[in-house]
Amino acid sequence: MGYVLGLQCRECGRQYPKEPLHVCEFCFGPLEIVYDYEQIRRVLSRETIARGPRSMWRYQPLLPLDGDPTVGLQVGFTPLIKAKRLGKVMGLNNLYIKNDCVNHPTLSFKDRVVAVAVSKAKEFNYDTVACASTGNLANSVAAHAAEAGLKSYIFIPADIEMTKVVGTLIYGTTLVGIRGVYDEVNRLCSEIAANFPWAFVNITIRPFYGDGSKTFGYEIAEQLGWKAPDHVVIPVAGSSLITKVWKAFNEFAHLGLIDEVKTKIHAAQASGCAPVTTAIKENRDFIKPVIPNTIAKSIAIGNPADGYYGIKTVKESGGYGEDVADDEIVECMKLLAQTEGIFAETAGGVTLGVARKLVAQGRIQPDDVTVLAITGNGLKTQEAVMGDVGSPILIDPRLSAFQDLFNGKEGK
Amino acid sequence: MPILVRVPTPLQKLTGNRGEVNASGNNVKEVLANLEEQYKGVRERLYDESGTLRRFINIYVNDEDIRFLQGESTKVKEGDEISIVPAIAGGKRA
Ligand SMILES: Cc1ncc(COP(=O)(O)O)c(C=O)c1O
Ligand SMILES: [Zn+2]
Repeated sequence: MGYVLGLQCRECGRQYPKEPLHVCEFCFGPLEIVYDYEQIRRVLSRETIARGPRSMWRYQPLLPLDGDPTVGLQVGFTPLIKAKRLGKVMGLNNLYIKNDCVNHPTLSFKDRVVAVAVSKAKEFNYDTVACASTGNLANSVAAHAAEAGLKSYIFIPADIEMTKVVGTLIYGTTLVGIRGVYDEVNRLCSEIAANFPWAFVNITIRPFYGDGSKTFGYEIAEQLGWKAPDHVVIPVAGSSLITKVWKAFNEFAHLGLIDEVKTKIHAAQASGCAPVTTAIKENRDFIKPVIPNTIAKSIAIGNPADGYYGIKTVKESGGYGEDVADDEIVECMKLLAQTEGIFAETAGGVTLGVARKLVAQGRIQPDDVTVLAITGNGLKTQEAVMGDVGSPILIDPRLSAFQDLFNGKEGK
Repeated sequence: MPILVRVPTPLQKLTGNRGEVNASGNNVKEVLANLEEQYKGVRERLYDESGTLRRFINIYVNDEDIRFLQGESTKVKEGDEISIVPAIAGGKRA
């Protein structure tokens, strides 16, 4: 019932069986899922997809499970919104927001990768799942582990947002806060992964996990009426999402579901952690690791696992990379909220800020079909805007108290 | 001029299960070539067919990534340490 032939090294091409492996034992390159596209072509069409569930599982033949998914059945198929008011401010006539702020169940795009990873962990008969996370992945792994009845161990930098901590603990997981940055958490986790028989979703079973992100791209293409946009601006941390959205469009074209892909994929990072966009600007094909220092904690990865492929994706597609400072991130979170009524997290502020720069640079033209990848919910990063949104006006419960303040004046 | 070379676990099968070995040379390239002379098979794991260092192998001289020094021509002297680290391990601290 599945269409996975096996795994293959992205670097040297060596083939591996369909097992919980993630790195080529010969050249240390990352492994990737190999699908049987000839068989997929026979079962998948625009019609079969349109008849499918209103979730990411409408693209099930293109996901790396052998059987049906067992957790996260409602994940995905989030709104693609035509952003008219924001478009006007930006000078764009065809601006869209792919809104994973409202993804089920933990309000970020990470539910897509985790639904696949935890279903796959069950297929592999693991009884424990784990992850290294900047916060959103933590929420999602804890939630899906609870749904699946699996044990979970979750590792985070100790200083992430309180809401992401509480929104992990509530599911009854073992949460370990590490005094260090994400890159140190990740390094520790690869050592733990080698010593404990757990499915670390973004390490041990990373090839399977990563492909869940493809559905973000499939949905954009389907929701645009079966075509790939001219631009997508994507917030980048480990560089998995950006790589997989590009892969998704190209798979759809390969399967004849959409025409030729002319999409430019643009990378968005915070200035306080911009190893990928800096490499793009300096025309390097390798990453110079940095120590993150930004309010955009969800994307604060200084030494990204798939950084090389993130850079490659941007170059191949003809896109670019930009970064924005923390104050601009806050300003853009407010702009998105006040024009479109969408409260995105810090990463969304990064995406919008970078899109604005790309428009100013002439890289995005007024009539281009442009999609902003809004990947996480602002309620989870309230600390970032707390001091910048004002506070409620306090009055006594008397009409005159209100009139004293507002008579003859207009509200916002 | 012995240089200490740290070898990652997956390559220790080739070095008689040793995680630290001595090799000689005046720069990184020479040290890695000397490593191949001592432990046959190391070279093809570190270099691709065209003779360039594999992308997911990071080489550090005294904790500094050689891509930010002079690459394989980075000079080494007695007392220096070279580490071979698969990138997938998350690399070294920035
Ligand atoms: C909200 C949000 N957006 C984007 C990303 C970037 O994803 P990737 O690590 O695949 O580049 C993350 C990663 O944690 C995230 O939490
Ligand atoms: Zn390989």
